[in-house]
Amino acid sequence: MKTRVVVSGLGVCAPNGIGLTNFTNSLALGKSGITFHQELADLGFGCQIAGKPAIKEEHMNAYFTPLQRKGLNSSGLVYGVIAGMDAWADAGLKSTAKDHPDWDSGIVFGTGILGTNKFREAIHLIDNKQTRRLGSTSVMQTMASGISAQLGGVLGLGNQVTTNSSACATGTEAIILGMERIRAGKAKRMLVGSCSDSGPYIWGGFDAMRILPVRYNDNPERGSRPMSASAAGFVPGSGAGALVLESLEDALARGAKIYAELLGGVVNSGGQRGGGSMTAPNSEAVQRCILTALEDADIGKNEVDVINGHLTATAKDVEEISNWSKALGRSGKDFPFINTTKGLVGHCLAASGSVEAVASILQFKEKLVFGNINCSDLNPAILEIVDASKIPLQTFSYNPHIIAKASFGFGDVNACIIFKAYKPDQP
Amino acid sequence: MNNKTHYERLKKIIEDYLPEDVATSEIKENSNFITELNINSANLVDIVLDVEDAYGITFENEDMARMETVKDALRILTQKISDKE
Repeated sequence: MKTRVVVSGLGVCAPNGIGLTNFTNSLALGKSGITFHQELADLGFGCQIAGKPAIKEEHMNAYFTPLQRKGLNSSGLVYGVIAGMDAWADAGLKSTAKDHPDWDSGIVFGTGILGTNKFREAIHLIDNKQTRRLGSTSVMQTMASGISAQLGGVLGLGNQVTTNSSACATGTEAIILGMERIRAGKAKRMLVGSCSDSGPYIWGGFDAMRILPVRYNDNPERGSRPMSASAAGFVPGSGAGALVLESLEDALARGAKIYAELLGGVVNSGGQRGGGSMTAPNSEAVQRCILTALEDADIGKNEVDVINGHLTATAKDVEEISNWSKALGRSGKDFPFINTTKGLVGHCLAASGSVEAVASILQFKEKLVFGNINCSDLNPAILEIVDASKIPLQTFSYNPHIIAKASFGFGDVNACIIFKAYKPDQP
Repeated sequence: MNNKTHYERLKKIIEDYLPEDVATSEIKENSNFITELNINSANLVDIVLDVEDAYGITFENEDMARMETVKDALRILTQKISDKE
């Protein structure tokens, strides 16, 4: 029998809330974190709205020493440290003593690219023949694994400490990688999650691809419209989400609170074949990913009662809904409740999977299903598949049993995870 | 500026790079940056850059290699200043 893996800690640094309380309130009330960015307007971006966590001086002081703050110019690193340290503390865990790492705990914390602003600084210095002026901070703030390295040092963890990268599937993949390591008996607990930078250098490429909305610059909160008939592209976001995964046995042994059981998860790729490409998913692969995740979790198609989709607000939303429907063999009123966090925070790219996984899991604790915003004009093609009652426009009280979460990324890569409400075994 | 002023100024620069568990009062002329003050070797590069900015001088690679204690740093920087004058 597989080692059972549970979620015992959560942390989040999202555009609409830093910390679990703020994030939960924003999700429950449908409060958007999308704002207008003058910087993007000044640079001539088509899309001048984005989701960016509102970091204040007090956050910087609380999570970084004065020495760590010297020359710190890597937004993704800041978000990741906040979410990661919060998740560890939320799980009731502490940083280890000076001379002894915790050999049983590790980190998989993903990102797409880290410290783009810091890298820009370095490029300017190097081009001005001032390479020696980079100082010591350039490498650790711009290496992809800068985030796992930083968290590993702060917490003193001695198991695997690494960073994964699979575009917009990164966060969900990190959760699966951590789960697999615990199942393999190679670690007792893993801090997993992902982060993504803010700013023009991370978002510019997507603006250039013309896949971002350009008509909501004066109405930012309405701009991110997944599942809507008027969806016009994804709003770029940023932030970080983090989870502490632990074997059930170890969580129980230390009396940890348990948010949910992570029943299973699967990553795959469509191979950029059969309709899949660098930027589009192979539908067969998406359905296989969902189906094999259910098999890995050892549950039936009918047990899923809530889905948190990838649903970015592009034309691909309809295809995603169709893939869920085909994979589960369910449609109309028989389809699970489905929501997307992206209406509220935008598409946090590499951070999306982890931020949205945190949002998914909070529904167990709060006994809620979070509502969707900006889709009162549901796409008619979606309504041909799913009954409108299954796409809540308001948060409502509900006890979720099984929540499925999926993320899909450039490169035709997919990741799907299955959470279950945790109930202690009866003696 | 005399040697004492240079020392005080250097101490101020070093302070920023001390780990949290090393007190400012532990900086002595004979302190070894790495083994005694527990300063991360990567941060020595930053200390040198700050000293260079403060005095308008340049440390060569061989200067850095010889900079083990606070006293070493002080000797190198006073030499550079007098060379400049």
